Amino acid sequence: MNIFQDTGKYALLMRRVLVQPDRWRMFFRQFPKELEKLGLESLPIVIIISVFIGAIMTIQTKLNTENPLLPTYSTGLVTRDTLLLEFSSTILCLILAGKIGSNIASEIGTMRITEQIDAFEIMGVNSANYLILPKIVAFVCMMPFLVIFSMGVGLFGGYLVGVFTNIITTADYLVGIQYAFVPYYVFYSIVKSVVFAFLISSVAAFYGYYAYGGALDVGKASTNAVVNSSILILFFNLLITNLMLN
Amino acid sequence: MIEVKNVDKSFDGNQVLKNVSAVFHTGKTNMIIGASGSGKTVLMKSIIGLHHIDNGKIEYDGRNLPDMLMGDIRILRREVGMLFQGSALFDSLTVLENVMYPLEMFSNTTKDEIIERARFCLKHVDLQEKAYQLAPSEISGGMQKRVAIARAIALQPKYLFCDEPNSGLDPQTSLIIDRLIHDITREFDITTIINSHDMNSVMEIGENIVFIEKGENAWQGTKEDIFEVENKSLNDFVFASELYKKVKKANK
Repeated sequence: MNIFQDTGKYALLMRRVLVQPDRWRMFFRQFPKELEKLGLESLPIVIIISVFIGAIMTIQTKLNTENPLLPTYSTGLVTRDTLLLEFSSTILCLILAGKIGSNIASEIGTMRITEQIDAFEIMGVNSANYLILPKIVAFVCMMPFLVIFSMGVGLFGGYLVGVFTNIITTADYLVGIQYAFVPYYVFYSIVKSVVFAFLISSVAAFYGYYAYGGALDVGKASTNAVVNSSILILFFNLLITNLMLN
Repeated sequence: MIEVKNVDKSFDGNQVLKNVSAVFHTGKTNMIIGASGSGKTVLMKSIIGLHHIDNGKIEYDGRNLPDMLMGDIRILRREVGMLFQGSALFDSLTVLENVMYPLEMFSNTTKDEIIERARFCLKHVDLQEKAYQLAPSEISGGMQKRVAIARAIALQPKYLFCDEPNSGLDPQTSLIIDRLIHDITREFDITTIINSHDMNSVMEIGENIVFIEKGENAWQGTKEDIFEVENKSLNDFVFASELYKKVKKANK
């Protein structure tokens, strides 16, 4: 029963969020701040995770495909396609659901329990629109760049394996990552990431906006935001993959 | 003037307000008093429209709030200022920006005029200029209340609501905040409603007092009437402390 109630409440909240701002000037004042907070400040974690996963994926692929019948470039090819198709969109978004989701839910949740949201409402401000819309738009705008960046850094991580170890040669790796490249995979990955960015920011905002009680409840809202946005990411991943790759 | 007529409000079958009626006058400090859990905060939030009432009328100079569309409510709220119990200042903005916020949102004046008005409001509540660029977390509780009052009056409201304005403040600062609210009410001819259980405030600035008990309007009158009235629950509430018992005796 709760799932239907929450879905209805979420839809009603989005109806308040996705409208024209009261003042565009105020929106454009918030927007760059959110771009920086949600996008640019996520770059370090994106770099660290992508470079390590790219390197680990290259080593594991090489070790698991030791077969003279397989071409030497296959490791690079598998690493590239895994990064493009799944890691840089889905796995990265699952990680960012933790970072960004908890950030948004706790920020808005704290504003709720300290009556700051009530203060907006008393002033006649559409608090949902003012607080949530810049976050959603900023994160949706930044996500494709984060994904493309992650792809590049991940591939570079794989390249470092060739440079620093004898597991694979850099030449084989470079041939592999260029072999039979399908640009559509990048498009598919970006589409997924945009949907996931919307889900992470809006679901987290929903749990924060309807938080009540004290600090413990803000923590609970934060946890719910991360758990539920992660589940939704996996569900929509299946849906979009079926639609775009099947 | 705000008139509350036969208001009922319940949460999940638990009736919190029962047939409450009261009149809050313009240019006076109207106070809602009552014990904790008596329903006074629910009444105030219902008057503002943060809670939807089950039955009754809430009239702002003849405009019935429950009949209004969302757009009209938002316009009405621009005539309303509110001082929250915890001040509810926006953490991400400085003191000056907090006061500028409603002006930037709803006035069509230039940035210089907005800054000038915000500074005027902050001066009016006696806030030192060196605090203007500080974050709300960097100033004291009393100063936060002053900023919240300055923000509430920035748009020259017709109605001012104060939810427990003295909570967490020392007696001296409480008195200053009380007098500030009272002076602003008189000066700008605002309908002010204060929600409080602080008897010092009631005796200091209360002009029209509504006593709520178990969700019902148990009594309404002036602070002078309190000493005369024979209402047991009101007497138990008001004269709970030895000091006020003595004051009552002396008055008799």
